[in-house]
Amino acid sequence: MSMSDTVRMSGRRRARSRKAVATVLQFLVVVATTYLGLLAVTFFIGRVIPIDPALAVLGDRAPQHLVERTREAMGLNLPLYQQFLLYCRQALSGDFGVSVLTTNPVMTDIRRVFPATIELATLGTLIGALIGVPLGVLAAVKRGSIADQIVRVIGLVGYSVPIFWLALLALLVFYARLKWVAYPGRIDVVYEYTFSPITGLYLVDALWQRQWDVLRDVFRHIILPASLLGYFSLAYISRMTRSFMLNELQQEYIVAARAKGLSEARIIWGHALRNAAVPLVTVIALSYASLLEGSVLTETVFAWPGLGLYITNSLQNADMNAVLGGTIIIGSVFIGINLLSDLLYRTLDPRTRAR
Amino acid sequence: MMHKLNGRLRLLTASAALALALGAALPAFAETPKDTLVEGFAFDDIITMDPGEAFELSTAEVTSNTYSLLVRLDLNDTSKVVGDLAESWTVSDDGLTYTFKLKQGMKFASGNPITAEDVAYSFERAVKLDKSPAFILTQFGLSGDNVTEKAKAADEHTFVFTVDQPYAPSFVLNCLTATVASVVDKKLVLEHVKSVEPTKDYKYDNDFGNEWLKTGYGGSGPFKLREWRANEVVVLERNDNYYGEPAKLARVIYRHMKESSGQRLALEAGDIDVARNLEPGDYEAVGKNADLATTSAPKGTVWYISLNQKNENLAKPEVREAFKYLVDYDAIGATLIKGIGEIHQSFLPKDVLGALNENPYTFDVAKAKELLAKAGYTDGFTVTMDVRNTQPATGIAESFQQTLGQAGVKLEIIPGDGKQTLTKYRARNHDMYIGQWGMDYFDPHSNADTFTNNPDNSDAGTNKTLAWRNAWDVPELSKKTKEALLERDSAKRAEIYKELQKSVLDDSPFVIIFQQTEVAGLRGNLKGFKLGPSFDTNYVWNVSKE
Repeated sequence: MSMSDTVRMSGRRRARSRKAVATVLQFLVVVATTYLGLLAVTFFIGRVIPIDPALAVLGDRAPQHLVERTREAMGLNLPLYQQFLLYCRQALSGDFGVSVLTTNPVMTDIRRVFPATIELATLGTLIGALIGVPLGVLAAVKRGSIADQIVRVIGLVGYSVPIFWLALLALLVFYARLKWVAYPGRIDVVYEYTFSPITGLYLVDALWQRQWDVLRDVFRHIILPASLLGYFSLAYISRMTRSFMLNELQQEYIVAARAKGLSEARIIWGHALRNAAVPLVTVIALSYASLLEGSVLTETVFAWPGLGLYITNSLQNADMNAVLGGTIIIGSVFIGINLLSDLLYRTLDPRTRAR
Repeated sequence: MMHKLNGRLRLLTASAALALALGAALPAFAETPKDTLVEGFAFDDIITMDPGEAFELSTAEVTSNTYSLLVRLDLNDTSKVVGDLAESWTVSDDGLTYTFKLKQGMKFASGNPITAEDVAYSFERAVKLDKSPAFILTQFGLSGDNVTEKAKAADEHTFVFTVDQPYAPSFVLNCLTATVASVVDKKLVLEHVKSVEPTKDYKYDNDFGNEWLKTGYGGSGPFKLREWRANEVVVLERNDNYYGEPAKLARVIYRHMKESSGQRLALEAGDIDVARNLEPGDYEAVGKNADLATTSAPKGTVWYISLNQKNENLAKPEVREAFKYLVDYDAIGATLIKGIGEIHQSFLPKDVLGALNENPYTFDVAKAKELLAKAGYTDGFTVTMDVRNTQPATGIAESFQQTLGQAGVKLEIIPGDGKQTLTKYRARNHDMYIGQWGMDYFDPHSNADTFTNNPDNSDAGTNKTLAWRNAWDVPELSKKTKEALLERDSAKRAEIYKELQKSVLDDSPFVIIFQQTEVAGLRGNLKGFKLGPSFDTNYVWNVSKE
């Protein structure tokens, strides 16, 4: 290798690293502004709702001097801007403080409730994507046929029926009548003390520890809520798949492929879906992210100790530490998943890699 | 291509098979373990398990099953108490000194002996921590400075409690049945004490084990607390060191379930043994099921509508009286609160010393119109009411809106979240409010102190009782409430409370509607499950399974 080659190489490397630094900086700026927005919004919602946060700590029956003392200790008597600064400083130091409702550090609480939501959301999204995408493809290919109509109705029901009602109905049918699934919560009480989870993802833990009866029990508990969440993301994913596929099927390369005599299956699954996959990834990722926020209603009906229930309960009780912690986590999840889908883009679509 | 499709198909069949294997071969009927009681219970109010700090209804049940007290309510006659740790007690002639003799040879769950020192320490920490329930003890003149003198161990088995005024002994003893007087294991707690920096508000150098006891356990009840995971589960285990008759079951598990319909489904399927938060419809359905049973008990909580006296329309005595005639008690009793409450119009719940069990008011539009006309409101007026958006509050509010309308009064309902309406109420910014009041301890003073006591009606207020919140300025009644406390003859004391209740019935801005009943749905094979007259007497140690 000649001298000039090395120089050129390092020059290119430098240029590339400059570009990388710029990308990282850009990313950081986006993240920082997003977080700041998050903080401001949660803070002001927390202060605007007409609930006295001291009430959350003490309950209705506390004597007056205690209420005063608590308000003082929580900094509620400070001017609003000082409260906001205090709130930001706390958040930046990664200390979300102690939840007044559970008395645990907020991070401990979130570590406890988040796996329950992750497990449910992941399974739900898997179900939604694995069924939703083929249904969408089917509807696009057989456009206007009975199959298309059926998929449309399935989607419409998914959009419009309140999840709360559907969840109770599903419980009535699959749990009470058919006894196919288990309820309530994540695991049966008999396993409460024979099974010690490590990751908090019970399916993974049971599999890892080779506790087959636990695995079956956990599966029977999770399958119904996961299917319900799956159904709702399915409704969305299948509609989006259909429209993406219709768009692709009209492209000229499809005509070219047909002219070349490729099999219809190959054209649909190998070419059209491959191209539709790029925007689909975003759709699925966003639906996954929204499930990761925790579905409050599903969690309430199924007595599922997840993030959605935790945050709603905290918000209603003006437990601002917990709300802040939860919001930051959800914000991070959204940012993380967006980043992930960007990365997936690059592997799926060579054009984004070209530059 | 074919190969690829085959691969996909194989994956599909495999996962389908897995799903079948996992889901199939199910037991036909779920059943909880024989030695375990599983209760579906909405306990999202629990914020701490420290008996010196806890003041929530769900915690009261857990504490009373896991900790011991000097005395407990006598469930056969709730105007009396019986000894728990105390073998006997005497009251000095001047009415100031209470001497308790403890039973011999008792142990905490940890194995440490129970002595008068533990009792004294429990009083000391509750008073010094000064959390929400501390006033139940400090109202006897206890403070951080004098508690070690006023509540102390004379010897290993003698505990002496000195009060500042010659109170009615029934009042003192009733207060000692509250969970804040629970006895903690001093030796064990001292091992977990955290040192803190003394401040202006908190003069002590340690936290008396408060942080540890929030989730920890140091008691001697029939059960010990194994674990509490907020909004998930509370697990109790039999205490083998218990000095009394051992609990019949080895374990009690409370599962947090918020939904009435969910509790009903799980009860029917046998996944829980007891459903604790059934709404009227579900409760009725459970009652009709041959495999299940129901039980209920009146609780010390009354529901009322209150009229803020700052509103000049509502401050007229005729209006206050007219509104009491404008509640359709019969309809509410027959539908909205069926199974969860019974009509009750005085402020003391049934079974409490001096409780008045008469309901003089009936729904009478003509009478109400007459009263309103007398006050000068022939055409009625418009008024708002803050209503939390849960049942039965909303239902009763809507019924009241309709019945008020019949007399020409236009009611605007302002719906809100529970904590939100409460915040407004506590600041006296409401016109009308519908709420409930639960007794803090099983003594008539608990309710009298809030319904008929308002020592300072200024906006600053020293004691923000319900009378204060509704700006009901009643110096005479406040004085009488104090007098009742010092009446040492129980029969005479009961008389005073009867008079107070009559005054509230006749003239107060409180339209008291019903007393809450707690209900539970049970599996048919349960034996001995009984709800008590208060939330800290819902004992589970007598429960067994067939």
